[in-house]
Amino acid sequence: MAGPTRGFLGRARKADLRLPPGQYDIGPDFPVLTAEVTPRIAPDRWSIAVDGLVATPTAWTWDEAHRLPASVYEGDIHCVTTWSKLGTSFGGVSVDTLLDAAGPMPQASFVMARSSTGYTTNLPLADVIGGKAWIVWTHEGHPLPTDHGGPVRMIVPHLYFWKSAKWISRLTLLDHDEPGFWERNGYHDRGDPWLQQRYQGD
Amino acid sequence: MTDTLSDTARPAAPSGGWRSARVEEVAHPTPRSVVLRLDVHDRIDHLPGQHYVVRLTADDGYTASRSYSVASAPSDPLVELWIERLDDGEVSTFLADVVEPGDALEVRGPIGGWFVWDGTTPAVGVGGGSGAVPLLAMARHAVAIDRPDLLRLAVAARTLADLPFPDELAAAGAVVALSRDRRGGRPAGRLTSAELGALVTPGAITYVCGSAAFAEFASQLLVELGCPSADVRVERFGPSG
Repeated sequence: MAGPTRGFLGRARKADLRLPPGQYDIGPDFPVLTAEVTPRIAPDRWSIAVDGLVATPTAWTWDEAHRLPASVYEGDIHCVTTWSKLGTSFGGVSVDTLLDAAGPMPQASFVMARSSTGYTTNLPLADVIGGKAWIVWTHEGHPLPTDHGGPVRMIVPHLYFWKSAKWISRLTLLDHDEPGFWERNGYHDRGDPWLQQRYQGD
Repeated sequence: MTDTLSDTARPAAPSGGWRSARVEEVAHPTPRSVVLRLDVHDRIDHLPGQHYVVRLTADDGYTASRSYSVASAPSDPLVELWIERLDDGEVSTFLADVVEPGDALEVRGPIGGWFVWDGTTPAVGVGGGSGAVPLLAMARHAVAIDRPDLLRLAVAARTLADLPFPDELAAAGAVVALSRDRRGGRPAGRLTSAELGALVTPGAITYVCGSAAFAEFASQLLVELGCPSADVRVERFGPSG
């Protein structure tokens, strides 16, 4: 069908070029949507590993990660449940820095991001290199709250936000794509908000 | 069905694409809720816990979509949605105030493979406010398949009017915890550890659904009661105006 819905006018709206199709501006809110019990992870117990198809599997502790060159993302994030948060910021380190240290092998083409909860999400390697993905521990200048993935989460802000794994603990490079948690449960393997890749088959 | 967050197999939960639905019935059980009963064309039956997306389209092509848990059992010939009307909600106000029987709505579903109960294993459901909707689907399914013994429920809200079909939930054996009102012999107060502890069942999957604050409260309480995190599945309702 896809014709107009009888009587639906919708909110007063003006085109905001920052909003992908089907998204709305949620303003200052930052909703929490997770499928599992929120873990309590002390920073001195946190670490992140890069393994799989890399020359030098490498892990960083909290202190080691903080000694890497700092990198900040300033921009927008888009949740598949249709809210977008515009003009926000996260601080940490670029995923490029971690991958450069570990040295991806030529056949590496996908990444499985894993949380300490067991949550996983899959990404093409191309989507996390070239300044497009971060491992972050601050949000708008403050320590990242636990319910938003603190002490450390990944962000991949050009894709729907379920790709930005909370409580990140491991990046595994693969030569093939495997579905992560939401991807097994009906959601899209790539999740480009500008193409509305929300569910499998979009 | 997946057993843990990191299982690699795709679950067997059903999944459907965009469909046209005809609104068969509209009811307003309370001033702040609307129940829509939909005849979904070429429907794929859901499992309790799954949700549908409703997409509204304006004349200029503008769309607004929201996800709503299904309240009905799979055996119900119609798909029932219980929707909380949020005063500033773009979609819920339309569904509550404008939609009439006979209208066509564009829907997509069923969706979701994690927060799903197929009625074959012991389950505990803990819902806050409109988070009780998927538990209602579980309760109705348990009755339909004659396995009410498999399901134990607790629901919490400020008042009875903040719950979907509270009488039906209570009839299904649900603990009903109201924070503002006395109910029967229970004084006003939030869901307690003792109430939840009486429901915890070793080996059962526990389904927690509600606002982010409620889900956090209930899931941490369950972990304190000794429930393994791996056996707790959480659905946090975002803003779904």
